[in-house]
Amino acid sequence: MNDAAAALAEQGGDPGLVPRPFEVVGTRRELDDVVTLELAPLDGQALTFLPGQFTMLYLPGIGEIPISISGDPARPERLVQTIRSVGAVSEACCALQPGARIGVRGPYGRGWPLEAALGRHLIVLAGGLGLAPTRPIVTWALENRSKLAGLHLLYGARTPDAVLYPTQLLGWAGAEAANVMVTVDRHSDQWSGRVGVVSDLVPELPFDPALGTAMVCGPEVMMRFSLQALEGWGMAPAQMYVSMERNMKCGIGWCGHCQLGPHLLCRDGPVLAAPQVSDLIGVWEL
Amino acid sequence: MEIKGLAEVLAAQPLFAGLSTETMSFLESCAKNEVFEAGVFLFKAGGQADRFFLLREGDVALELQIPGRARLTVQSVHPGHVVGASWMLPPYSWRFDARALTAVRATSIDATCLRRKCDDNPALGYEVFKRFLPILADRLQAARVQLVDLYAPPGEIGRAG
Ligand SMILES: Cc1cc2nc3c(=O)[nH]c(=O)nc-3n(C[C@H](O)[C@H](O)[C@H](O)COP(=O)(O)OP(=O)(O)OC[C@H]3O[C@@H](n4cnc5c(N)ncnc54)[C@H](O)[C@@H]3O)c2cc1C
Ligand code: FES
Repeated sequence: MNDAAAALAEQGGDPGLVPRPFEVVGTRRELDDVVTLELAPLDGQALTFLPGQFTMLYLPGIGEIPISISGDPARPERLVQTIRSVGAVSEACCALQPGARIGVRGPYGRGWPLEAALGRHLIVLAGGLGLAPTRPIVTWALENRSKLAGLHLLYGARTPDAVLYPTQLLGWAGAEAANVMVTVDRHSDQWSGRVGVVSDLVPELPFDPALGTAMVCGPEVMMRFSLQALEGWGMAPAQMYVSMERNMKCGIGWCGHCQLGPHLLCRDGPVLAAPQVSDLIGVWEL
Repeated sequence: MEIKGLAEVLAAQPLFAGLSTETMSFLESCAKNEVFEAGVFLFKAGGQADRFFLLREGDVALELQIPGRARLTVQSVHPGHVVGASWMLPPYSWRFDARALTAVRATSIDATCLRRKCDDNPALGYEVFKRFLPILADRLQAARVQLVDLYAPPGEIGRAG
């Protein structure tokens, strides 16, 4: 038995590999290929989680995939997960209808270090579907706004049609509590907002970089450019965090599938401090 | 709205930080404040690139007019940033249209005047080009990143989130 299994066994003998049954109680098509599932535990036990944690979603006979939790951490009785259909399992998850059953393991992984942002300006920098794993940070931050010096959401999407959670973004932008900047890489006629890459928004942040803590999530190349932009702006790498979402199998530090250099991302991550990944980000095979 | 003198506006520009008092007063002599209503063009592709703008208020779209298609915004520019870099290199003509998306207040610098001064004073020219080079490099990098199509689904390129 390895360290992780031993630790889990100590906590109650269950290595956490048995999925719990959940029922789909709501679905919402976010984008052409993206669906949000709302799941309720059949055993009635709420799945409490920390922003940044993920679950393993299991469909018998099809497979199991890691998906970040994108709901409100203060309302754990409903498990909310936003999924892009990219292959067999995610496609089957996106096709689920209310009443369907699904297996859930977790929550797993280390979440975003929210305590690091207390008293500081919290910058959430997300690209594409990276808004799903970071949405719980924003919800938490809005509920704890008085504990932060500022809340800044910088979000980039491919096109205006690919902007995730547009209604919620508008709501956040309308609230005085958050500074929301949204940009798209490619313009379309209906879009009157910003055009350009998300990392270009960083120098426009209206405070001293020394007072900020950044949480970054998106495709790895986008995260690399964003970290460079933050550093160029004057922020110390120790104040930057990223979510590294490489392929996973067991989700609990057993199989080694998610190893990235010295880190098992399912156990030590997916959220890591920038200095932990500076040499690893963007390197696919190690 | 706060009315600021040209000298104050230029002194507040990070682009000009650390330049000598003599250079700053020269820049002031080449500068003027300009106002554009929403929808008005600051310049159009093909026109003479005889100035550049320091955007103080409002948003500007850099656009391409493609025959038979709607106007395409390649980048939007926001307060604190520079609009226009074609003034630096021959043939000194604009490559894109720049259109005010909202009411715009900008300080423009007469590029012909600045280029002449840079030619006469290579040390100043080097200093000015050193300050503009990061702007050009950032734009080039941003254009490349836009080309890479970062957020395309994994089948097409990489995954987002
Ligand atoms: C911690 C973590 C959190 C995640 N959160 C989300 C989420 O909130 N929403 C969401 O839609 N997806 C998320 N993913 C990615 C998701 O797990 C994969 O898209 C899924 O496993 C694909 O499985 P599949 O059987 O549908 O497709 P497969 O046939 O396994 O894969 C289809 C394509 O996707 C690529 N791919 C698979 N996994 C990844 C990955 N992790 N990164 C980049 N490319 C990948 C494959 O190389 C292949 O090209 C997360 C991944 C991790 C590790
Ligand atoms: S997924 Fe098995 S060790 Fe991380």
